[in-house]
Amino acid sequence: MGNEAIGLGALAAGVRVVTGYPGTPSSEILPTVAAGQRHHDGHIHVEWSVNEKVALEVAAGAAMAGARTLVTMKQVGLNVAADPLMSLVYLGVKGGMVVVVADDPGPISSQTEQDTRTFGLFAKLPVFDPATPEEAYEMIIDAFDLSERFGTPVLFRPTTRVCHGNAPVALRELPPPTATSLRFDKSPRWVIFPRLSYENHIKIEQRLPQIADEFSDYRFNSLTGAGCLGIVTQGISTGYVGEALAILGEPGAPLPEFKLLRVATPHPFPKRLALDFLTGLERVLVIEELDPYIERELQRLAGECQLQVAVLGKGSGHIQVAGENTVTASLKVIAGFLDVPLPPNATGPALPEAAPTLPARPPVLCAGCSHRSAFIAVKRAMRKRRAIFCGDIGCYTLGNAKPLDMVDTCLCMGAGITIAQGLHVVEPEAVHFAFIGDSTFFHSGITGIINAVYNRTPIVVVVLDNATTAMTGLQPHPGTGDTMMGAVSQKVDIATVLRGIGVRHVEKCDPLQLDASMEAVNRAVAAATDGVAALIFESPCIHVAPPAPGYVVNAEKCECKECIIKLGCPAILSVDGKAWIDNDLCFGCDLCAQICKFDAIEAVSREELGP
Amino acid sequence: MKTNLVIAGVGGQGTVLAAKLVARAAMEAGLCVRTSETIGMAQRGGSVVSHVRIADAAIASPLMPPGSADTLLGFEPGEAVRSLPLLRPGGTIVVNAHTVAPVAAALTNTEYNGAAMIDYLGRRGGRLVVVDGDAICAEIGSPKVLNVALIGAAAATGALGVSLAQIEDTLRKALRPKLVDMNVKALHAGARQARKEMQ
Repeated sequence: MGNEAIGLGALAAGVRVVTGYPGTPSSEILPTVAAGQRHHDGHIHVEWSVNEKVALEVAAGAAMAGARTLVTMKQVGLNVAADPLMSLVYLGVKGGMVVVVADDPGPISSQTEQDTRTFGLFAKLPVFDPATPEEAYEMIIDAFDLSERFGTPVLFRPTTRVCHGNAPVALRELPPPTATSLRFDKSPRWVIFPRLSYENHIKIEQRLPQIADEFSDYRFNSLTGAGCLGIVTQGISTGYVGEALAILGEPGAPLPEFKLLRVATPHPFPKRLALDFLTGLERVLVIEELDPYIERELQRLAGECQLQVAVLGKGSGHIQVAGENTVTASLKVIAGFLDVPLPPNATGPALPEAAPTLPARPPVLCAGCSHRSAFIAVKRAMRKRRAIFCGDIGCYTLGNAKPLDMVDTCLCMGAGITIAQGLHVVEPEAVHFAFIGDSTFFHSGITGIINAVYNRTPIVVVVLDNATTAMTGLQPHPGTGDTMMGAVSQKVDIATVLRGIGVRHVEKCDPLQLDASMEAVNRAVAAATDGVAALIFESPCIHVAPPAPGYVVNAEKCECKECIIKLGCPAILSVDGKAWIDNDLCFGCDLCAQICKFDAIEAVSREELGP
Repeated sequence: MKTNLVIAGVGGQGTVLAAKLVARAAMEAGLCVRTSETIGMAQRGGSVVSHVRIADAAIASPLMPPGSADTLLGFEPGEAVRSLPLLRPGGTIVVNAHTVAPVAAALTNTEYNGAAMIDYLGRRGGRLVVVDGDAICAEIGSPKVLNVALIGAAAATGALGVSLAQIEDTLRKALRPKLVDMNVKALHAGARQARKEMQ
C-alpha cells in the first residue's frame, strides 16, 4: 500500500522519530514504521500523539536536536498543526523533517477538499507530490535529503488514491541502526523573536528560488514531446492522463504533436522547467485535482514572461472544480483539446436495460455499536424537551443518519463542545448536548470544556468512550494505556480529567443498559442547569470486544417493528412483515430486546445458533 | 496479458483483504499490479469497491474506466449490480448469492430482492457464476472465510489473472499458521462450487 511505501521509505531514509495523529487516508504510515522499528532495536521512537499540533511540536524538538523526523496527518490535521509549522519554517530544523499530509480529493473521508500544495505556497515550504506508491517510496527519501540540506521542514502530500493503492515497490537496503547519540546545541537560533524572524524571512526568500532551480532538474518532474499544444498534470492525475492518452492512441491513428509536463514538486514551482515547457506553446491544458495550483503558476509565469499562451483548466471550465478526476473525464477533455475523436464506448458500455432499483447504501454504525445505544438513551430521555445535539468527528458522526437523527451539527475535531456553547448563548432555554469520542476528547475536547466551565455555560458533555480510535482503524490513545512502542503506559482517566478541570457532575454509565442510561441522562441534564455536566458512556467498540450472545425474534409475538424503525441496526431486517435478526452481523448488544414492547426478542447462545 | 478485476461488496465483508490477496499473488508471480480501495469512514457497512489491475506491462491508473473490467466479483448481489457499468461486454461475473439488505430498505419498506438482482445480472449476457457463500461458510464453520471462498470461485473461472495455485501459495505465506488450513479449504470449496456452476 502507498502508505506502507511511505513508512518504509522513511525507514530507508534513516528516520529516528515518528509522530502523528490518525486520519484517513494517512493512518497506515505510522504503524508501518512502528512495525519496522522493532527490527531497529528500539532506536526509532514512534508515537501516536494526542493531536497534530502536539505531533508536529514533538518532531520539531527532535529535529532541533538533529534527528530525522517524520510527522503524519490528514489534510485537516494540518490546520491543527498550522501554528507550530508556520513558525518552524522561520526557525528551520537541523535534522531532516518531513511532514506527510494526505489530501483527500472527493472528498472520500474528510470535511474539506483543501489543497496542501497551496498551504505549501502560503507557508513557504517545499512540497513533494507523488503519483504512485513506488514513487512515494523513492520521493520521501529525497524529501529527507532536501530538508536536511536546506534546513527546512518539507511537506509531502500524497492523495487518497496513492495512499490506499497497492503496487510492487522495489525496496532499498535499510541503513544500519544508528546508535550515534545526538545532542541539542543551545543557540539563539532556536528562540523565535521578531528580529530573528525578519532575518530568517530574508533567508527563506533567498533559498526558495535555489530549491526551485534544483526542482527543475528533479528526477520525478518530467517534460516530453513537442509542438504548440501542452498538457500538464500532477499526482494521481498523471495515471489518469497516461491511461487516457493510451486509449486515444490505440486505434493506430497517431495523435497530433503535444508536450507533456508532469509536476512532482509544486512548491517552489520549478520555473525553469515550466518555462521550457511553455516556450512555443499556444494552448495548455492543466489536469489536476483540488486547487488550480499549477494552472495559476503557469498563468503567472506566462504573465511574467509575456508569453502568448492560453492556460486552460478549472478556471476555463475544462476541468471540474471539485471532486476526483477520472480516466473518463481526462479522456473527454484531452480528445477535445487535441481535436481527435473519442473512441466508441469511451464512457462505458450501454447496459441492456434499466437496473433494478438499488437502495442507497451509505456507511452506518455497525450492528452492536455502543454509540447507537448511547444515542437512543439520550433521544428517549429528551423526547419531550427541546434539545440540540452537537456532534463531532468519529464513527459517531454516523449517528446523524435516520432513524437515529442525533447529530445536528458537526464542524471539526472538538468543535461539538464549543458549538454547543455558542448555541446555548443564543437559545438558553434549550438543552445543549455535545457528543465527543474518547480519542477526540484528548485531541481537542478538553480546552473547550474548560472554556464552558470558566464561562459558566451549561452544556451536557457526553463522552462516547469506546476505548479506541475506531473510525481510522483502532489506534490506541492516552485513555487506552498502550503505546506504539509496545509499552504499557499509564491510562489517562477521562472522569478524573473532567473533575480536575472543574466539571462538578461527572457520571459513568454503560450505554447498553438503556433504562439506567436514560436516568443518567436525566441526572446530567438536571445538573447542567448550574454549569457543565458530563456523562461518560463506557462500552468498548465491537472491533475490540468479544461478541455477546445472538438474538432471535419470536415471530408470533412480533407486532410493532419498533426495532427496525427506531434503531437502524444493519442486523435487523424485515422478513415477511416481521423483524428478523441476521446473527452473522448481530453483536449481541441487547438494545433491540430492551426496546421491544412485546418481549419478542430473545437472547440465544452462539452454540444454539450453530455456525 | 492484462486483467482488470472489480471487487464490490459491503464494508465489513472482507473485500479489502480479498483485493490485497489477489494483488499479492500477482506480485509474487512477477506481474505489475495497481489497486485502489475504499478505507475509512466509507467502510462501515457502506458500499465498497476495490479495483485490482494486473498486467505484464506498466499500468498507468489504479482506477479503471467504465466498461474495462474483465471480471466483476460481487460479494453481494445488489453491490454487483451497482458496479456493473465497470464490466466490459462479455466479462465474467462471480457473485455471492447471499444478500445484505441495506438499512434504508428496511426503513422505507422497500423490498430488497437478491434473486431479482441476480436475474438482472444474468440477462446481461456473458458468464455468470453464482456462489452460495453461506453454504461454504457453514461448511468451513466461519463467516470470515467468505472472501477467500469467493476468490477461489473467481480463480476457478480462469478470469482472475492469477491461478488457484498461486492464490493458495500466497495464502500459505501471508496468513498466520493456524488460519491457513481453514482458508485453503474455503478457497477450494469456492473453486469447486464455481466449477459445478459452470458445467
